[in-house]
Amino acid sequence: MINALIEVFPVLMKGINITITVFILSAIFSYLFAFIAGLCRVSNNKYVRGSTSVYVEIFRGTSLIVQLFWLYYAIPMLFDVGIDNRLMAGVLAISLNYGAYMSEIVRGSILAVDKGQTEASIALNLSRAQRMRIVIFPQALRMMLPEFGNYLIQILKATSLVSLIGMTDILYHGNILRSTNLSAAPTVYLLLLVFYFIMALPLIFLTRKGEQISKRGVAS
Amino acid sequence: MDINWKWDMFFEAFPYILQGLGVTVGLTFACFLFALIFGFVWVFLRRIKFKPVNWLVTWVMEFIRSTPPLIQLFFIYYAWPMVPGIGVSLSSFESAILGLGIHFSTYIGEVYRSGIEGVDKGQWEASTALNFSTRQKWTKIILPQAIPPTIPMLGNYLIIMFKEVPLASTIGVVGILALAETYGTDNFRMLESYTIVALIFLVLSYPSAILINKLEKKMNRRFNKKAALQESKGAVV
Repeated sequence: MINALIEVFPVLMKGINITITVFILSAIFSYLFAFIAGLCRVSNNKYVRGSTSVYVEIFRGTSLIVQLFWLYYAIPMLFDVGIDNRLMAGVLAISLNYGAYMSEIVRGSILAVDKGQTEASIALNLSRAQRMRIVIFPQALRMMLPEFGNYLIQILKATSLVSLIGMTDILYHGNILRSTNLSAAPTVYLLLLVFYFIMALPLIFLTRKGEQISKRGVAS
Repeated sequence: MDINWKWDMFFEAFPYILQGLGVTVGLTFACFLFALIFGFVWVFLRRIKFKPVNWLVTWVMEFIRSTPPLIQLFFIYYAWPMVPGIGVSLSSFESAILGLGIHFSTYIGEVYRSGIEGVDKGQWEASTALNFSTRQKWTKIILPQAIPPTIPMLGNYLIIMFKEVPLASTIGVVGILALAETYGTDNFRMLESYTIVALIFLVLSYPSAILINKLEKKMNRRFNKKAALQESKGAVV
């Protein structure tokens, strides 16, 4: 067992860079898409609202693996040019998908801010942009924190899918090891699960922290 | 830019890919059923008061929940038969039920827990006062009140699981995604075949999501337990 571990560990470590890169980029872009789409969905312009809803519903209505394959295999066919960059396809699929899910949280939190806050800021003669920026958004942001933490873990889990389009992440290296030596499979996959769990641990604590922050000083 | 879309290919691929829908939907319900039953196991394991057991159960749940279902599938399909002593070789369909079922049972368990916590404390006290046995307490008093308000959330998980089921194509379950892959590689038409898969998912999951949403509003009005339900919303996929 120990021998197998020593043999497997360095092979998997070769992929850790890719996994972490994909995770960080996907997280950044997911939040970006979430905020843009979430704010668009509370816009006054019905065309902006409508087109964003279409984006959100399409990406929430289909599964991530299908979106990933679609972006990587189908788009290049549609336009003859396209994404032959695997990193870009992977990150784009994950962040468009989770951006759509999280935009619902952004929208929900903005709508959940008490009506009185809007009324008070109108009374204080703040412009619409100021109202959102200074009054509504900061209060909505703390409501988003717990869910955002949860989605961070989901994004981490989703990074394992990029091995399916041939990115050399830790799962890819694990699969290669398994195909050459089937008896190593238990060690390989258990170690992979432990890897992911160790990466998820800080996120789990971050989520709990987020929950505390969002509860602090709020009468429920 | 040239748009390279072939309708004849689309219509040729459609019936072929649709053949896999039975497997995809069947697997979804099988996983869901497994998760519904196994979810109760987590609820009762978490109620054990003995500290080390409680701690262990909590972290095992956390482990299953925060690691990728894809690797869990690979583990059950490829690694489990190789484990000396307890290893059993499962078909890809069975592995998928077990893998996705266990993964989602941890979420479903949390849903149940939120439902149970939503039951008024007085109900426990009353059933103790009426001299009900533990078993009667659960089956006659607590669960009939705890489970119905969670139905919309369980429905949400059904839709979420439906969208995770294509992962099973990686271990050889021949659902719509696997058929699309076959068709696409055989005819060099990835575009049409993957678009069909996306359309099938959209057509099935979007109306169901609206339906569940309506049900949720109706239930909320009926049970008026928003606070209890909101608490478990932390579990998302």
